[in-house]
Amino acid sequence: MFYREAGQFKTTYAADMAVFPVLQDRIGFGAILAVAYLVLPFASEFLLHVVMIPFLIFSLAAIGLNILTGYTGLLSLGTGAFMGIGAFACYKLTSIFPNVNIIVWVIASGFFAAAVGVLFGLPSLRIKGFYLAVATLAAQFFLQWCFIRIPWLYNYNSSGSIEVPERTLFGIPITGPTATASSRYLVVLAIVAVMTWIASNLVRGRIGRSWMAVRDMDIAAELMGIRLLQTKLVAFAVSSFYCGVAGALLMFLWYGGGESGVFDINQSFFVLFMVIIGGLGSLIGSFMGAALIYTLPIVLRATPAALGVPLRSETVDHLTFMTVGVLIIGFLVLEPMGLARLWQITKQKLRVWPFPY
Amino acid sequence: MRCKHLVLGTALALGTVAIIPVAASAEDSIYVPLMTYRTGPFSASGTPIANGMVDYLNMINARDGGIGGVKIKVEECETGYDTAKGVQCYESVKSKNPIVTTPYSTAITLQVIPKAGVDKVPILSMAYGLSAAADGNVFPWVFNPPSTYWDGASIFVKYVGQKLGGVDKLKGKTIGLVYLDAPYGKEPIPLLQELAKDYGFTLKLYPVPASEMQNQSALWLGIRRDRPDYIYMQGFGAMNPTAVKEAARINFPMEHLIGNWWAGGESDVRPAGDGGKGYLSLDFNVVGHDFPVMQDIIKYVVDKGGSQVASKADVGENFYGRGVLNSMIIAEGIRNAQKLTGRQVITGEDMRRGLESLNIDQTRLDQLGMVGFARPFRVSCSDHSGHHAAYVAKWDGHTWVKDSDWIEPMKDKVLPLIDAAAKQYATSSTGWPKRTEPCDKSS
Repeated sequence: MFYREAGQFKTTYAADMAVFPVLQDRIGFGAILAVAYLVLPFASEFLLHVVMIPFLIFSLAAIGLNILTGYTGLLSLGTGAFMGIGAFACYKLTSIFPNVNIIVWVIASGFFAAAVGVLFGLPSLRIKGFYLAVATLAAQFFLQWCFIRIPWLYNYNSSGSIEVPERTLFGIPITGPTATASSRYLVVLAIVAVMTWIASNLVRGRIGRSWMAVRDMDIAAELMGIRLLQTKLVAFAVSSFYCGVAGALLMFLWYGGGESGVFDINQSFFVLFMVIIGGLGSLIGSFMGAALIYTLPIVLRATPAALGVPLRSETVDHLTFMTVGVLIIGFLVLEPMGLARLWQITKQKLRVWPFPY
Repeated sequence: MRCKHLVLGTALALGTVAIIPVAASAEDSIYVPLMTYRTGPFSASGTPIANGMVDYLNMINARDGGIGGVKIKVEECETGYDTAKGVQCYESVKSKNPIVTTPYSTAITLQVIPKAGVDKVPILSMAYGLSAAADGNVFPWVFNPPSTYWDGASIFVKYVGQKLGGVDKLKGKTIGLVYLDAPYGKEPIPLLQELAKDYGFTLKLYPVPASEMQNQSALWLGIRRDRPDYIYMQGFGAMNPTAVKEAARINFPMEHLIGNWWAGGESDVRPAGDGGKGYLSLDFNVVGHDFPVMQDIIKYVVDKGGSQVASKADVGENFYGRGVLNSMIIAEGIRNAQKLTGRQVITGEDMRRGLESLNIDQTRLDQLGMVGFARPFRVSCSDHSGHHAAYVAKWDGHTWVKDSDWIEPMKDKVLPLIDAAAKQYATSSTGWPKRTEPCDKSS
């Protein structure tokens, strides 16, 4: 009824190829952006620091992995390590050149992650599927080992951890203990929004199409003139770039310091689950996956206390664990293609509602 | 339609999140949030600690009606020893005016150290966390009494010296360090390296990666080959019982394997059975339930069904006692803050002053019913740890028994390291604030 595109005519090719061809979608998207930019910065610190900032950062990491796994079909278990490269690169860069704006270094750290990603992506030409997953697993363990064993990376700190210094943007602190949640949130939001926009253009363009061709059938793609090595390496580079930036954001704008244990294999699985639940090969799915896997447990944990149900803290934790597990299985049974596909079906149903055919 | 429910449900859930931080706490109580972990891979160590912490504060509420007539509102927040969850806990309790943060994990402690001064909530990390935080001039908001990991390592070396009949006998010996390959485990290395140089022993490092905690057979084969004379173990969680079992398997003399104070839980040695007999561990609280304080806990909390302990026998176990000691420091900090400010309901800023001028002497220990359970200790404005003595406890197959006298740490070796590390922390994070908090006279 409300979601109907009757009367919306496309008169140009550009309109036909728009990201949001339906007017209602554009309005919805504009509303989300407006809320994100104008309303949420004034929300409570808990909502910003515990819910929104990590949700955006994990969405960015999920987009990164989605480019590799969802769009190019290369299974990777090294996401956590690539995020770690970003964090450590950003830390080294900002300690060596403290006067350069931290935003520059957050973005630049992505290039370091991309370079390492390309290196570990080299075997992808010869091995595929689970075997590639094992190769990226090796990257994960090797890099994790580096984070612990190369003291230069954490400036020979005796506790072996990154200590995020205070850095400002236009005179306002955005990292370090004095940075407010709102300012950190706005920086994260801006970076994630711009990078999502770039990703959406990438996957719709020539590069994205060649990725998908490789994913669907690499021999056919090769016969059509797509160079496999370059395409796969570009996928690795872009994916690692996104993960690296996400890692730098995680350490600098969310945690504000921490040890290398943050970037362990669990982190890789965490992001992989987001991609699988959200939907392989979908950008909106990356956001939905991050929302379900990261945000839902927080909501569930807070629910009994908010409703006034007296439960012991560990019981709440067990219940959350079980509920999230059941929900994940439920969603996958309901729609194996992930939340993004569920969202698509919903839109389709709404379009013909109340007279489905 | 299903999807509509989904949308509604999500909206409802998001609404709940938005409401939570608004909930205010009652003004006539002191809110003490405790970060605990009764779930996850470290729950075997975390559960007795949590029980001890909660039971002591509940006992104070039941016996004395709180502190200075004000009830303590105790609330646990489950971290599962996970950093992200710890940060969640920290943020979710912030709006309820907490007076202290007890992270109970080195990683979470590192997370919250920069925030403590901004949010005006002091951190109490009892003998864990950042060793450098003992420097109160750089870290006015962080407290780590009674000792740091560096104190612990120096006490170990002193103990070995005593066993050999003098520290000069250390020359030419080999000492191994079995440690969790993470910041926590690596902490004692710089101090041990320095002591190795000073006393002429060889230090051999045996790192245990976090993913290999329960698979140490290769490591212990290496130890059998190297035959170190003594081994210091800086481990936690599942790593400890595995190490003790492996040591028993290669017939390493248990009397030469000494864990730090977090490698001394009952759950760390019990799995090794008889093989664990004779295993040693540093400790700063004495095990047993005969102390008046433990009897009070049994009388006022456990017997009334207010505790989560499985049986009365759990009261007084090593890590339970550790929790009790931790809560005692909190309670005494509150009492001291009330005395300093004259207010009954205190804030985090008052608590910081209370902790900073804390001085638990023998008379106070007597009043607390803790004579023989813990040693007197004090902190000061410049020294937030105090660098106090510890003793070596021996596992006799059933419980921990005192195996040595209280040994003072080598302060002359530890303090310069603390100084240097604190300076490095302050300079590496630009904008680290200079201490502006005034100093109270010690009570």
